[in-house]
Amino acid sequence: MSLIAEPWQRAEVPGTRKAMVINKPEVVVAMIKRAKRSILVVGHQVVETELNDGGKAIDRIIELAKAAGIPVVATAHIIKEFLSRGFKPASWMSAMEIGSRLQDVEWDGLDGKGAYDLALFVGIPYYMEWVMLTGLKNFAQNLKTISLDRFYQPHANWSFPNLPIPKWDEQLKLIINLLKEERREEGAT
Amino acid sequence: MSLKNVRVKIDELKTNIAFIKNLQLSIGRVMEETWEEPVGPTPFPSVTSLREWDMKLLQRYKPYYLPFCELCCLCTFGKCDLSDGKRGACGIDIATQQSRIVLLACCIGAATHVAHARHLIEHLIEKFGRSHPIDVGGMNVELEAPITRLVCGIRPKTLGDLEEVLDYLETQITHLLSATHTGQEGNNLDFESKVFHAGMIDHVGLEIADIAQVAAYGFPKADPEAPLVDLGFGVIDINKPVIMCVGHNVVPTVGIIDYLKSNGLEGQVEVCGLCCTAHDTTRYYPKAKIVGPISWQIRFIRSGVPDLIVLDEQCIRTDALNEAQRIKAPVIVTSDKNCMGLPDRTGDPPDAIVEDLIAGKVPGVLILDPELVGEVAIKTVVKIAPLRKKFKTLPDTSDVVAGAKTCRKCDNCRRACPQDLDIPEAMEAAANGDLSLLADLYEFCIGCTRCEHVCPIGLPIHSYIVRGGEKHLKSEVFKVRSGRGAIQDTEIRNVGSPIVLGEIPGVLAVVGCANYAKGGKEVAEICTEFANRRFIVVTSGCAAMSTGMYKNGEGKSPYETFTGSFEAGCILNVGSCVSNSHIAGAAIKIASIFAKRTLRANYEEIADYILNRVGAVGLAWGAMSQKAASIASGFWRLGVPVIVGPHGAKYRRMLMGRKDRKEDWYVYDARTGERVYVGPTPEHLFYAAETKEEAMVMIAKLCMRPNDTTKGRAIKLTHYIDLHKRMYGTLPNDVHLFVRTKADIPITMKDEIIKILEERGWKETRIPDPTLLPRLIRRRKE
Repeated sequence: MSLIAEPWQRAEVPGTRKAMVINKPEVVVAMIKRAKRSILVVGHQVVETELNDGGKAIDRIIELAKAAGIPVVATAHIIKEFLSRGFKPASWMSAMEIGSRLQDVEWDGLDGKGAYDLALFVGIPYYMEWVMLTGLKNFAQNLKTISLDRFYQPHANWSFPNLPIPKWDEQLKLIINLLKEERREEGAT
Repeated sequence: MSLKNVRVKIDELKTNIAFIKNLQLSIGRVMEETWEEPVGPTPFPSVTSLREWDMKLLQRYKPYYLPFCELCCLCTFGKCDLSDGKRGACGIDIATQQSRIVLLACCIGAATHVAHARHLIEHLIEKFGRSHPIDVGGMNVELEAPITRLVCGIRPKTLGDLEEVLDYLETQITHLLSATHTGQEGNNLDFESKVFHAGMIDHVGLEIADIAQVAAYGFPKADPEAPLVDLGFGVIDINKPVIMCVGHNVVPTVGIIDYLKSNGLEGQVEVCGLCCTAHDTTRYYPKAKIVGPISWQIRFIRSGVPDLIVLDEQCIRTDALNEAQRIKAPVIVTSDKNCMGLPDRTGDPPDAIVEDLIAGKVPGVLILDPELVGEVAIKTVVKIAPLRKKFKTLPDTSDVVAGAKTCRKCDNCRRACPQDLDIPEAMEAAANGDLSLLADLYEFCIGCTRCEHVCPIGLPIHSYIVRGGEKHLKSEVFKVRSGRGAIQDTEIRNVGSPIVLGEIPGVLAVVGCANYAKGGKEVAEICTEFANRRFIVVTSGCAAMSTGMYKNGEGKSPYETFTGSFEAGCILNVGSCVSNSHIAGAAIKIASIFAKRTLRANYEEIADYILNRVGAVGLAWGAMSQKAASIASGFWRLGVPVIVGPHGAKYRRMLMGRKDRKEDWYVYDARTGERVYVGPTPEHLFYAAETKEEAMVMIAKLCMRPNDTTKGRAIKLTHYIDLHKRMYGTLPNDVHLFVRTKADIPITMKDEIIKILEERGWKETRIPDPTLLPRLIRRRKE
């Protein structure tokens, strides 16, 4: 399995500016910490991706969302899967709808409290997320984007390289642990 | 019929009242005066005639750009990097460039259909005469060409009348294409307006192509009982010589059928097809068979079953000749659009051509005479079939296992696969003798063979998948109703009222190509679900085939289960790509026949009517081509939303409404002139759904229209909410936006919805006589 930062789909050749590779989970944690308003957009493939511990990617993403305290938008039909796991996302809307909202610099967010400055993506089909991220890169320049998928998304600001599932899951767990630590430290202070 | 380009020149005229010298009078067009219907405001509209209407749509449904490419390489200034707000050397920005590329795609699509129409109509005029009448449904279809009447303002009565329409279409496409040149249009919304124009032009091209072939070839004429024909790989009789026809232009295949019939060879040769030519072949000759959609081309060729391959135009594998050579099957190409480097033998004696093909002196020939194609094809296939003995290139199971053992596990195949199929995992299993994982991939494989081209050791991976799925392939035995053509005027009269009032919950048009993210079965499931919900479901093209490639518990295909009449609970196949015109035509006919709106050259008013009243939605779940783009754009201008599958996001821009912006959803009440909030109906004009479940919920939602009666809205809400609950496991979070009065609320859901309305601070509004056009206000409120 390739670990180099090449687009997962071979012909999806990006433009002149490509995503920086997340080679340490601390990067994601620092980005989340630095952001004033973050949002996590979760696509249907988290329900289809099985992890080595027998769980599904959606379970890990729920853990991550809880640890980060980030509002989640469930795309496609997977609100059902979240609710069945006792987790209530901030909202659900289609990938196209949340993508177009995030492109709108005047959008006040799900809660009406203002624009987001960080959007994280996971689980949307590679090619669909690819064009959504290109759109955000070009039309929402105040928004930073992170792809948490296990495939390199060159149009995000930050992306994992192409990773096999166990290594990807390992990275997600490290992020979750770091976020929890941060929370504990914040709680202690 | 109208007259065009009339020029009168008088050198000298002496009368009692005047002396005239060198008078020249030029009249662009004289419209028919025997037609009582008055000419509307926009006969033969130019590129900008409907710009105002387009801008109204674009104000509400703003382009959402998804740049598939951030660079421009269309001129030698480039490549130019348009990312991060940069402009290219010509000054273009990335938004405008996206719209420009969409226009380019739609021009390609429209040009393809119009060139097809030109070829077809010229051939039919040559064969049947300019005065051959256009009859597409006898007494049942008086409104024979609703799109042409609407756009051009003429009423074509004969094949010859269509030539003027073609001239108009070709002129418009030339103007539109010219706008994409470097240093032309500089505004993204104006590009979008031109995209709409290209779509409208495309629809006229579709219509005249189909009505011409229906009238001349005697295809089913608006027939709900069009014959059920065989569909699937398994229906082909491999004991006979097999001719495989691929493409969209049925003329050469008609030549083949005619030769068969006139030489008493019916039943001795199997004529089958893929893609839209197959549809149209069965419309001409119901004993012909349909193998499947476009994505079946390679698997069918490699199976070795076809003894001869005849290619016409559009959506043909450009490597079909190479593939044919591998199975030792000769090829006849029949279109100037697609000569494949083959020698033009149109002028040669048929027996000489046959001899060369049999001897393998040439891998194929170009023949531009359809009658000659017929003779050469039949003579060749009869002689070559015993020699070929169904020579195939599909590997045996032992070859698959041996090949899989050499797999380097580089992942290149998966990374080249548009579907991200886990081919490496399947290869690993195959190396251990287990082909079941390859079989699992079969249904999802779109047959592009990109996997093979990146394999560093040249494994024929697609063939492995087909071998793995062999059992499935051979069990493909289905029925599809042959394309029926137009919708009858009487059918429109019967359903016009319940559609406009909302009591039939919607018209769902399932159309387009076969680039499905998760197999064609989803299409059949969607059609069946909505037909069971008493929607009107119409299909065409490859999607119509995919709909048929599914059986219920009783072993019946959807076309055997549901009625072919245009009524609630139907699934009907209108035919090939060009038959999509009958779907747009049905929406137009509702406005004209049911609502008695003036149709002739009255585009804006009819589109306004459809947008606000006709709950129709297009679903192009596997849309792939530029033609699909132009067909979709024709529907957008007409006010019909289109949903595409996830791959459709690569069309690089959506047209999305914003339900959170109340100000976008006001219409005029034509009775009073008041502006009335009507909610986001329909919410989007062009939209890519991520999953089948999402698409199904969105279909139900996009069928809502401002004009729905309370009863109609309650029915539509019932479907929207019910599907949402089933697919999403919860109530919709926007249901309050679709309730205008409490009478809109489905009775069985009253308590839970009223609770939501209260939480959301909902306020009652009223149902207007909706229009976006101030000129249609009957009594202005001062």
